[in-house]
Amino acid sequence: MKWESLSAFISMGGYGFYVWSSYGVALLCVVGEVFLVKRRLGTLHKQLDLNKKSSV
Amino acid sequence: MAINWFKYASPATFYFLAGRMIPFFSVAAVLLLIVGLYISFFVAPTDFQQSEAYRIIFIHVPAAWMSMFLYLVMAFWAGIGLAFNTRLSSMVASAIAPTGAMFTFLALWTGAWWGKPMWGTWWVWDARLTSELILLFLYIGFMSLQAAIDDPRRADKAGAIIALVGVVNIPIIYFSVQWWNTLHQGASVSLVQSPKMATAMLTGMLIMALAAWMYSIVTILIRTRAIILERESHAAWVAELKAGVKQS
Repeated sequence: MKWESLSAFISMGGYGFYVWSSYGVALLCVVGEVFLVKRRLGTLHKQLDLNKKSSV
Repeated sequence: MAINWFKYASPATFYFLAGRMIPFFSVAAVLLLIVGLYISFFVAPTDFQQSEAYRIIFIHVPAAWMSMFLYLVMAFWAGIGLAFNTRLSSMVASAIAPTGAMFTFLALWTGAWWGKPMWGTWWVWDARLTSELILLFLYIGFMSLQAAIDDPRRADKAGAIIALVGVVNIPIIYFSVQWWNTLHQGASVSLVQSPKMATAMLTGMLIMALAAWMYSIVTILIRTRAIILERESHAAWVAELKAGVKQS
């Protein structure tokens, strides 16, 4: 294992604040976009009363 | 046997085709992301100059690549829609814009969080950063213009013109680090030179880039399906879908 401990992993050699702010926001963006785009299609499926099996 | 490619240019056919493709690309995206993140954090070595801060590269570079690549794909389909009046092409172009904007934002954001510890500043108005910011404005301009026009076909045409004019910005972003003296470093990976980084770093970056590709395909396909339904809600095939004659 590359990291000696969990805290070493989190601190990222002292750059944890920068590394995790980057990865955290990336995660938020990705999760947020998937949520929004699925909701957009899901709402349409509901409005148009399409069968639900395939709603992705 | 000849395949009738035009069949897939019909929004109705594409709606079903996209629905069948989405699960495969989703699985690929998740698997690549897991492998990519594992390499990024547990295999790639510590950088001798930048310590662990360089690990931002594994999202920064794929996001920046996608931001430019998706713009070209968006402009291509918008242009095809404009030239040949093919509805589906324009719908795909509109579906690409939000994902492209998201990656552009991420490239800028992660760049700022990398710039602060390495350069000592969140932002500079150098050619690379400025042209990438213009790219974000182009995406936003494309989306706002389309949202402001009620008639979808007119919105498609107006959007296509912005998208095509904006293509000039892509080579500016890409070559900015050569054309001007920028604070941003030059390309670490190029097609004509051997990469200037450790193999594990490069592998991690390329796998993360592939994951970003798969992710983009998934979100764009889902959004295209939504746009198709929004625009074709009164079409006969949607009515059949409603009646349960077809499976969506």
